[in-house]
Amino acid sequence: MNVYLALFIEFFQIGLFAIGGGPATIPFLMDLPNRYDWYTVADVTNMLAVSESTPGPIGINMATYAGYNAAGFLGGLVATLSLVLPSLIVIVIVAKILDKFSKNMYVKSSFAMIRPAVTGLIAMAVYGIFRASLFTDANGNFHFPVLLFIACIGIYGLMNIKKLKKLHPAFWILCGAIVGIIFKL
Amino acid sequence: MLPMLKYELVQKNNWVTEDELLDYYAVGQCTPGIIAVNVATFVGFKRKGIPGAIFSTLGMISPSLIIVSILAMFLNQFLSNEWVAHAVGGIKLIVCALMLNTVVTMAKKSIKNAIGWIVCALAFLLAFFTPIPTVLIVVLAGAFGIIMYKAGKLKV
Repeated sequence: MNVYLALFIEFFQIGLFAIGGGPATIPFLMDLPNRYDWYTVADVTNMLAVSESTPGPIGINMATYAGYNAAGFLGGLVATLSLVLPSLIVIVIVAKILDKFSKNMYVKSSFAMIRPAVTGLIAMAVYGIFRASLFTDANGNFHFPVLLFIACIGIYGLMNIKKLKKLHPAFWILCGAIVGIIFKL
Repeated sequence: MLPMLKYELVQKNNWVTEDELLDYYAVGQCTPGIIAVNVATFVGFKRKGIPGAIFSTLGMISPSLIIVSILAMFLNQFLSNEWVAHAVGGIKLIVCALMLNTVVTMAKKSIKNAIGWIVCALAFLLAFFTPIPTVLIVVLAGAFGIIMYKAGKLKV
């Protein structure tokens, strides 16, 4: 299949089913390498680093990056436009019945269960990111680097200290790059 | 994102009132897609119909398209450089920690009761052990919500 057509179909689907905002796109993006050779699961880590540290919504940044890896700038353009097209259509339809829509019991009750399910799917995707970027050695085998794992949990703890909570992800990513160069990670 | 939307749309341009913006934000959360983009599309549509919706959406995605494409181009070229490779090694740790943060934040926001925890765990296990497509898990969860509501077991 034509790569642009494939990007359109995949990202239109992601835009339609990613309920709960940007992070909800991650499980879908982790699934794409199973079916296409656009990028690998390991690449998702780099994509997330770039998406977290650049302005703009993370979901949009991820789509642009994924599309770019698949088919250059035009690929990024097609992926991003396809991702927002369902929102555009749904909102133009919903705008007229705004009050009815957001108070509709079917919408409310289905979303009340979709949100927890999406959280579970994101947890799975995050496990996948840990496996690809921490638990895989240079030969592609499973390993468990205890020190790095503890360091990661420690960084998570630091991020949640009150005074550091407001820092932009780009700051942490810059620190990570410096530490990586110093310790030759 | 909300404070920035408030400043640009309410204070600077007077396109919407703060109450309207909060309404749009609520709807943006229960329509599919990226919440910030949904809000922008909504405001554009309210102001100038379909052309307004299209242009505000395009405006919202343009910076990402330009900046991320340029970064992707450079990063893909320099990944084989030894210094960049070490930097990426350090960045991986940060990305893992950031993602852990994302999951915890999502869980706090979206899981309100025991049923929510069960659905969350089920979705995780289905994704882990079965090849069921992600889309189907989302659809099943939605259907389950409606069934639970019909059975009178879900208060929304």
